Amino acid sequence: MKKLLPFFKPYKVQSVLGPLFKLLEATFELLVPVIVSLIVDRGLGERAADFTYPDANRGYIVRMSLVLVAFGVVGLVCAVTAQYFAAKAAAGVSAEVRGALFSKLQSLSYSDLDGLGTATMLTRMTGDVNQLQSGINMALRLFLRSPFIVFGAMIVAFTIDVPSAGVFAGAIALLSVAVFAVMLVCMPLYKRSQEKLDAVTLSARENLAGARVLRAFCKEEDERRLFSERNGALTASQKFVGRLGALTNPLTYVILNLAVILLLRVGALRVDSDRLTQGNVIALYNLMTQILVELIKLANLIVTVSRAAACGSRIESVLSMNSSLELFPEGGKEGGRVETNAVETTASEEPPLVRFDGVSMRYKGGGANALTDISFTVKRGETVGVIGGTGSGKTTLVNLVPHFYDVTEGSVRVDGKDVRAYDPETLRARIGVVPQRAVLFKGSIRENLRWGKGDATDEELMAAARVAQAEQVILGKGGLDAEVEQGGRNFSGGQRQRLTIARALVRKPEILILDDSASALDYATDAALRHALASLPDAPAVFVVSQRTSAVRGADKIVVLDEGRAVGIGTHEQLLQTCPVYKEIYDSQYKDDGEGAAS
Amino acid sequence: MKKGKIAEKKARKRLPKGTVKRVLGYVKRYPLSLVLTLLLAAVTVGFTLYVPVLVGDAVDCIVGPGDVDFAGLGRIFVLIGVSVAVTAVAQWLMSVCNNRIAYEVVRTVREDAFGKITRLPLSYIDSHPHGDAVSRIVADAEQFSDGLLMGFTQFFSGVLTIAGTLGFMFAMSWQIALVVVVVTPLSLFVAKYISSHTYAFFKKQTETRGEQTAFIEEMVGNLKTVQAFSHEDENQEKFDEINRRLEKATLDSTFYSSLTNPTTRFVNNVVYALVVLIGALYIASGSGEAFTVGMLTSFLSYANQYTKPFNEISGVVTELQNALACAARIFELLDEKEQPSDEGGTELGRAEGEVSLDKVYFSYTPEQRLIENFSLDVRPGQKVAIVGPTGCGKTTLINLLMRFYDVTGGAVRVDGQDVRSVTRRSLRSNYGMVLQETWLKSGTVKENIRMGKPDASDEEVIAAAKASHADGFIRRLPQGYDTLLGEEGGSLSQGQRQLLCIARIMLCLPPMLILDEATSSIDTRTERRIGDAFAKLTAGRTSFVVAHRLSTVRTSDVILVMDAGHIVEQGTHAELLAKKGFYHKLYNSQFE
Repeated sequence: MKKLLPFFKPYKVQSVLGPLFKLLEATFELLVPVIVSLIVDRGLGERAADFTYPDANRGYIVRMSLVLVAFGVVGLVCAVTAQYFAAKAAAGVSAEVRGALFSKLQSLSYSDLDGLGTATMLTRMTGDVNQLQSGINMALRLFLRSPFIVFGAMIVAFTIDVPSAGVFAGAIALLSVAVFAVMLVCMPLYKRSQEKLDAVTLSARENLAGARVLRAFCKEEDERRLFSERNGALTASQKFVGRLGALTNPLTYVILNLAVILLLRVGALRVDSDRLTQGNVIALYNLMTQILVELIKLANLIVTVSRAAACGSRIESVLSMNSSLELFPEGGKEGGRVETNAVETTASEEPPLVRFDGVSMRYKGGGANALTDISFTVKRGETVGVIGGTGSGKTTLVNLVPHFYDVTEGSVRVDGKDVRAYDPETLRARIGVVPQRAVLFKGSIRENLRWGKGDATDEELMAAARVAQAEQVILGKGGLDAEVEQGGRNFSGGQRQRLTIARALVRKPEILILDDSASALDYATDAALRHALASLPDAPAVFVVSQRTSAVRGADKIVVLDEGRAVGIGTHEQLLQTCPVYKEIYDSQYKDDGEGAAS
Repeated sequence: MKKGKIAEKKARKRLPKGTVKRVLGYVKRYPLSLVLTLLLAAVTVGFTLYVPVLVGDAVDCIVGPGDVDFAGLGRIFVLIGVSVAVTAVAQWLMSVCNNRIAYEVVRTVREDAFGKITRLPLSYIDSHPHGDAVSRIVADAEQFSDGLLMGFTQFFSGVLTIAGTLGFMFAMSWQIALVVVVVTPLSLFVAKYISSHTYAFFKKQTETRGEQTAFIEEMVGNLKTVQAFSHEDENQEKFDEINRRLEKATLDSTFYSSLTNPTTRFVNNVVYALVVLIGALYIASGSGEAFTVGMLTSFLSYANQYTKPFNEISGVVTELQNALACAARIFELLDEKEQPSDEGGTELGRAEGEVSLDKVYFSYTPEQRLIENFSLDVRPGQKVAIVGPTGCGKTTLINLLMRFYDVTGGAVRVDGQDVRSVTRRSLRSNYGMVLQETWLKSGTVKENIRMGKPDASDEEVIAAAKASHADGFIRRLPQGYDTLLGEEGGSLSQGQRQLLCIARIMLCLPPMLILDEATSSIDTRTERRIGDAFAKLTAGRTSFVVAHRLSTVRTSDVILVMDAGHIVEQGTHAELLAKKGFYHKLYNSQFE
């Protein structure tokens, strides 16, 4: 919980005052039985044999009744104040935690994100924070109140009569054992129910996300049966826990009433021997009933709070993550080395825009290297093709340029400077990335394109769109103001792809990375795109990742990857001669086509 | 009271009509439990209420020094013991019944909702966020069951307690009872007033929370893109804005809903004080045996018990309102229009593979016309290729063939039968489909391959995997064919997932095939290797192949060239090239 404490700081006052006002309220509540006892003993006085009270003090009775009402008013004011503070603190703290979580997630590196997984991150930010919130709210309201009333009642009992109070102590101990025993048994069962609920969720999600496939295979009936099974298991488990949990009430009721019997018995003896009054017995009985209510509240509270605490610690574990991205401190040792290096190279010639120097890379938890010993350079305006089979490391390679991942060995340099010596934001501002999966965001087309450059004018946006062959897409949808639904659902795969390319071009990048971006584009569009890119005035260095030789054959340099190793670097013609893997890829795409498609 | 009525009306207005009735309809299916729970509630309440009377009698036995009736006490203790035992058992049994009703009702509702999902038209699934439907089936149903359970446990016994207490109180002293009866409705009124107002706050909170969740889902799901564009600050700003609104909404709903307890408690305290006052004065004025101190004690604990159910009921009302709102959301899903039923449709049997599209019109939205007056005849065993620029409507055609969507005009026929006249099951099981967007079910590799033919032997599965060249990588997986795949296909690459999808088809070998960019993520070396298998697969089978790698479609019997939803050209590779039209341009562009 240590990590979460700072979030309470802005709500220090509320967090302290909330429980305090609750305590006040509880105090007044505890005093009620005492007052009633006073009314009976002093207000009525001794009972005569004929059931009359000759010494009755009416004025006293009225005064004390007014005191009761006054207690009620004060209690109400205290309670409302406490609820307000508790709600304020709970809503405030959870909002801060959510904000911090979101900010934290955004700051994590690709490699950290891979480890966390989207589903986990979503649960942390929504369900867990909500649980935390209700936990805080309940805790601030009741955590002091309930124990206070329970023990307060006992203390008041002790001030009235010690032997009778002994009954209290025993009852409280027994009640606690009963309540907590049921709780302890039920908690793990609740958890199991939760797991069963997860299975139900999975079914529901799958049948939406995979609707096409499941229906194509006529799986509806099977899926309904599977769901029914999972749903049934959930219900059975819930019913079982419910039955066990329902023991709490009868059990506590029995214990409490046994205690009442005992109390009356002890009280009778004490009254008989003139050590206690009738009013005292009434007070003790009333105190006893108050205990039960609070004890059950306390048990529920502990369930809520322990759930919240579990959520809290999960949230903490995310908050305590630090981006694992390696960054050289400004002007540090590594920075110094970079400078000398830069000087060295400028002496002879301008440094290459991008330089891979003996780069190896292994994913966190990965058994083997994703990339091994890659070295090559890229000059301004050059096009580099990266080709290779599925899983050969193409995407990994281009992800190293914007420093999305750290190299395990060697270095990647941009403008002669190690990418780790750049502030990631500065570095990435110079690079336009078009990821494999074309993602658009809810909003307008304009808003989406402006991701590339926040202050881009409409002219700039349309210019980029023209290069990306997305102009028609935009005009077809009714212009830059056209709405983009969540995930870009209202655009086809190819339309999305073109818009994501435009988005990357808006920032006029020095380096453009097309990660298999043309895969959803047809040949004509792809070709037009490549033409347009090459004819840009400040043509960026382009990384083209593809499985198709046709997409890379025009490149100044092609890197052929096979299981993470560069098995060939050169131009199309050179590679056809020297690189068997490249030749095989090429043949697979052209040779069969008989009539010399490779014209 | 007038104001209260208006508020009540408002609250009711916000709920769709008939929600309560429908909920009751579900509950009615458990008549035995329902009757039992009512009976047990009555028993519980009756005996619970009897105990304070006994305690009061006991107090009257303890008057003062030397004035204690021990024999009387002993009898009373036995009675208390018996009452307590009966109450405890009845209470537990009542919980069991309530549990059964609440959880079974929700189970049925969930099952109905899930069944609904499997019958909703794809147009609904394609155009609604999945998270929304999931949260209805999971979270809303959960909330609904909680509310229902609470309602049953506390509502009945609450009402009965009130009635029972009233009876006992009037029996003891109708004058004081009257005071209690006159004052306590205040508590009810206050509670109602608050809860009708908090409903709006809760709704606001739910809405804002939904908005935030959608935003989180979008951005957290695509954090890599966010980072690539250094869009973190803008996101944080937007997030903070929503977050602030949510904080406000949360504060409002939490605070106002939490007012119920203190205010009703206050009213109770006033009632309590009044009972003490009047009771004590009554005793002092010489009520004699008609009203004793012991009875005052019982009365006080009744006054507590009488008002407590009001507290509880008002809490339950809030909870129930929430539950009803959730139920309404589930019912809303249940009321969505289903795809037209195919009951009574003929069974297609194993199709010959003749497919014809007859003057087909189709569009997703009425404003945007897409396919117009499109006709095509495919003879059994023909290979039809569909090519065209991105977004030209290739996938739409597949939606129509599989009957994921229905045509808006004209007809699609298989073996001369309108696809709308045959069962979906018999139509779809005639097609084998591999899509560009690979989707795998969570489960083992083997289970995924078996999807189309659940009774296939291990040998058949492995043979299919070998044919699609998936065997190699599957064997390298940690548990081979028994490796568990996550919801999104776990750690498999796109290409590997596509290979699994192909293996799925290789196993069940349906008479017609739909391959929508089926090999788009598979590298060409592997693709070439599975080419033979594909050739064998398509031989003699009517197949529809969408591809932008034009080299793969040259051998097709018919090539449809689509652009902007229209078929612009149609013919064989040679014919189309000779035409020097759109296809010619498209074809040559790939070699530039």
